Amino acid sequence: MGFEKFLFYVFALITLWAAGMVITRKNPVHSVLFLVLAFVSSAALWLLLEAEFLGIVLVLVYVGAVMVLFLFVIMMLDIDIATLRAGFIRYLPIGILITAVMAVEIFLIVGPSNFGLEAFPAPEPAAADASNAADLGRVLYTLYLYPVEIAAVILLVAIVAAIRLTLRRRPETKFVDPSRQVRVKKGPRRIRLVKMAAEVAVPAAVSSAQPGVEENS
Amino acid sequence: MIELWNALPLVIQILLKITAILLPLLGMVAYYTYAERKVIGYMQVRIGPNRVGWRGLLQPIADAVKLMMKEIVIPTKADKTLFLLAPMITIAPAMAVWAVFPFDEGLVLADINAGLLYILALSSVGVYGVIIAGWASNSRYALLGSMRVAAQIVAYEIAMGFALVGVLVAAGSLNLGAIVEAQQGNVLTWFWLPLLPLFGVYLISGVAETNRAPFDVAEGESEIVAGFHVEYSGMAFAVFFLAEYANMILIAALSALLFMGGWLSPLPQGWTGGIWVLQDGFHWLLLKTFFFMFVFLWLRATFPRYRYDQIMRLGWKVFIPITIVWILVVALAVVYRLPPWWSA
Repeated sequence: MGFEKFLFYVFALITLWAAGMVITRKNPVHSVLFLVLAFVSSAALWLLLEAEFLGIVLVLVYVGAVMVLFLFVIMMLDIDIATLRAGFIRYLPIGILITAVMAVEIFLIVGPSNFGLEAFPAPEPAAADASNAADLGRVLYTLYLYPVEIAAVILLVAIVAAIRLTLRRRPETKFVDPSRQVRVKKGPRRIRLVKMAAEVAVPAAVSSAQPGVEENS
Repeated sequence: MIELWNALPLVIQILLKITAILLPLLGMVAYYTYAERKVIGYMQVRIGPNRVGWRGLLQPIADAVKLMMKEIVIPTKADKTLFLLAPMITIAPAMAVWAVFPFDEGLVLADINAGLLYILALSSVGVYGVIIAGWASNSRYALLGSMRVAAQIVAYEIAMGFALVGVLVAAGSLNLGAIVEAQQGNVLTWFWLPLLPLFGVYLISGVAETNRAPFDVAEGESEIVAGFHVEYSGMAFAVFFLAEYANMILIAALSALLFMGGWLSPLPQGWTGGIWVLQDGFHWLLLKTFFFMFVFLWLRATFPRYRYDQIMRLGWKVFIPITIVWILVVALAVVYRLPPWWSA
């Protein structure tokens, strides 16, 4: 237990420190990278809870995909950092006040009175060969089937809506269609080969009637 | 000998095992670069490196010494911390992935249940090194290269992930050892046959994920010089190189493990006649891995670089639909116990 507790405190401190750096860094790219660090260390915390499936999925989905796209967008932006930072000190008291209120609320809800060891005793550690993924799948597709399906449909609607909102038809823009380009094959429709002799004898009547010749004479 | 091994503290045991995996891996990376230059040389009717050592065999060592001696140049306006951190972020996942890789039955450093997921997660983290390198260099070409990488890797990761979903539906497990066990039998019961479309998608996505030709628009030396690592020199550049080749070896080894039966022998159990070479063993895995490593070089020597919009089309509009359809087919085959793969 001693070493596990030590690991917990190490990763908890890294998470808190990284989360603090996210909001205090001047450079947004650094902020995003600290957010990635916060995700990775909270994945480590989930591993300590024996939720290895969730921990790995957190790294796979949030770190591996979502934050990459986030970084992609942030790197493309040309942000004027000075104007962004101007209000920081002025709004700091309000920020601290809201943070304090939220901290108290969170403490009241998940504090020791509701989630202490008396209310929620520590569960038995699972056997070494217990499969987290199998357990989770069994619960999700039996007990929570409807919530999972409804959440999936809502996500699908959100995807379709997001794509529809960003899809702008701009008839003046010229673009190529790669799927039509790769379908091109050599053949009669693409190149027409014309058979003709290398030299064509010019009839005498035509050559004498040439305009250039007439002017000279 | 075994008593001596058991007497060692656990930390020392694990450290020795890690060394036993990583040292041969780095040796393979070094000689993979040599093999690449030789193979492509012969394919283009050249000789390739032949000056250092017998037939150029010491060339990788000479290259390594040269790279170590070189100065690491840091651009003036670069973000120095991130610039130096980027190669490390690239190589750390490329090495850590091997922790769950089984080399033979039971011969694995960490036999975790979600092995396949772990590999997928860690290899998706590797892209940060490339993106950060491109951004921290403060160079246009580097930034363009890292933009291309980000879009390409995110696109092909989905196709690759779906191909792996097909594998784990077929095997009924995320554990790499169990996936190989599920292919027990002969060369026809391996997963390459029932999962043939997924196998193709996986292999091509693997080439795209490692940014190798014909998908190497991230480096694209004819357009953007060398892409994300244009500002890197000396050992910092070498670390990127190491990570790229280690990832190629990983993709090759995973193709062997997931689709070609890993360490299983292609002959049925009864036909081996007690001859060691024909029975299941690490040498089969090595042989299959070498074959796929050769395929990487073969592709590079054969195909011209893909155009960027065609890469995107291939990933999103061709591979992802193929994988989704084939996952459905595999799921039905598993449910209806299609012989000979799922008859038991």
